[in-house]
Amino acid sequence: MANRINREQVKHVAELAKLEFTDDQLDALTPQLDDIIGLFESLSEVDTDNVAPTTNVTDQINVMREDVADNWGQSAALLKNAPDAARGYIKVPTIIDESED
Amino acid sequence: MDYFKQDLASLHADLVAKKMSAKELTQATFENIKATDPKIDAFLHLNEDQALAQAAALDQAGISDDQPLAGIPLALKDNLVTKDEPTTAASKMLENFTPVYDATVVSKLADAKMVPVGKTNLDEFAMGGSTENSAFKTTKNAWDQTKVPGGSSGGSAAAVAAGMVPAALGTDTGGSIRQPASFNGIVGMKPTYGRVSRWGLIAFGSSFDAIGPMTRSVKDNAMLLSAIAGHDDHDLTSSDKAVPNFAADLTAATSVKGMHIGLPKEFLADGINDDVKQAILAAADTYRKLGATVDEVSLPHNKYGVAAYYIIASSEASSNLQRFDGIRYGYRAKDVKNLEDVYVKSRSEGFGAEVKRRIMLGTFSLSAGFYDAYFLKAAKVRTVILNDFKAILKDHDFIMGPVAPTPAFNIGAEISDPLTMYMNDILTIPVNLAGLPGLSLPAGFSNGLPVGMQLIGRPFDESTLYKAGYAFEQNTEFHTKVPALGGQN
Repeated sequence: MANRINREQVKHVAELAKLEFTDDQLDALTPQLDDIIGLFESLSEVDTDNVAPTTNVTDQINVMREDVADNWGQSAALLKNAPDAARGYIKVPTIIDESED
Repeated sequence: MDYFKQDLASLHADLVAKKMSAKELTQATFENIKATDPKIDAFLHLNEDQALAQAAALDQAGISDDQPLAGIPLALKDNLVTKDEPTTAASKMLENFTPVYDATVVSKLADAKMVPVGKTNLDEFAMGGSTENSAFKTTKNAWDQTKVPGGSSGGSAAAVAAGMVPAALGTDTGGSIRQPASFNGIVGMKPTYGRVSRWGLIAFGSSFDAIGPMTRSVKDNAMLLSAIAGHDDHDLTSSDKAVPNFAADLTAATSVKGMHIGLPKEFLADGINDDVKQAILAAADTYRKLGATVDEVSLPHNKYGVAAYYIIASSEASSNLQRFDGIRYGYRAKDVKNLEDVYVKSRSEGFGAEVKRRIMLGTFSLSAGFYDAYFLKAAKVRTVILNDFKAILKDHDFIMGPVAPTPAFNIGAEISDPLTMYMNDILTIPVNLAGLPGLSLPAGFSNGLPVGMQLIGRPFDESTLYKAGYAFEQNTEFHTKVPALGGQN
């Protein structure tokens, strides 16, 4: 049974991640995430007092360059990848919620 | 044309001597793919017309002796963007996506005049260890089609092992080159983080992602790494260290004599299959006979690698995959009422189950109230694991061990149990956490399935790994075995 993360918390995280799950999917996902978070909690066994975090392992630091605009002249090819386009623009559905009128 | 037993150097010699043309070699490659791939399902896309035209143009211009890779066909994992050729990352999200530029590695292969023949299957967005998470097809192991090819570079590994192509590129975030190489009995290199530009690799875990070669021999692998490595202005984490001609060091004189090798006891602990253990112990004896010393060493925090990795890599993935919002490119859900719907429904319908699971784990680990306990803690444990490696590599030339706890498992056996699937990465993930180079090469068999060995080196010292791998290969027979598929080149 879920004890580290519950169904309501899973729904909250899904909202943050811009995902939605059906009830059946939530039933399957909640215990899976709970198991995995249980594994995450094993990290508390490691003494990390006075240890700095590592967020990257590159040997490059502070690479600087000029900020130069670059036109690849590929707007037509880029627009071909858009789900919907017209007159050189990407088309999106109405942003104002039509269900709220 | 039977070139299955030829390495890249001998293919090159044949091309230069005009024993065959680049076009003939490319044609034979496609014939072979058409004969074999229906059994393996390694490819998502072939670009036959373009490849044959490129090969014909190379024949026209002539292949000279100083172009060691010119005219040689290879396959690319389908998370590497290719201009004007579909690139899907095996996701419904990118099913209809056509990039407008080439990844840096693809441009470098073009400079070397190699001939890309197609794009190979993977776990969606490279998340998985069996290639079963592809939205499009399940690739089979080249040795036994009831087994997984490993993953996420399962398509590239199986295509090389089955003799469909002489070489391929894969990517490795937590083991995705080394583990499928091991499962298919081929050679796979995850280079040092920053050795190869990530520009044009569809991002998963940006502090881990590495592109590397998958080949049938160590020397082939070394040739290919020299061709794709190097600093790139488009990837600010790519290193400006000089790129050696790795293959030049691999000769009859190559030896491990006097080298110090560390074998971590944690790598042979409970949970590692007996045949895998025996193969590694036998390999250690081979190295001792060749004049190296092999001592037992310890990576005391190795067991925490999986947890630290799945927090950090999932966090990076949840951030990287925010770009898939259904607006500018990729899948957009139908029947949406407002902008929020475009985001939520496009992502929920476009991503598969494993990708969503990782986004959820990452979003959770980064969310208010949990960041310190999960993300920050994992980043500190990453430092601890990195220090374990540094301590060993101070007085050892490299570390040896298995690649995966078991040989290839059955298709369908583990896909419904994500935690078990994640634990399979316990021997490869720590190397990504530390950003070190890792080479996987054939070292044995278990019930007819290949078993791989992993060599882990100091940062930017791929050269030592290639030398040690080459010396092992010269003194063993494992790499000469090929799966019985028929119709191989």
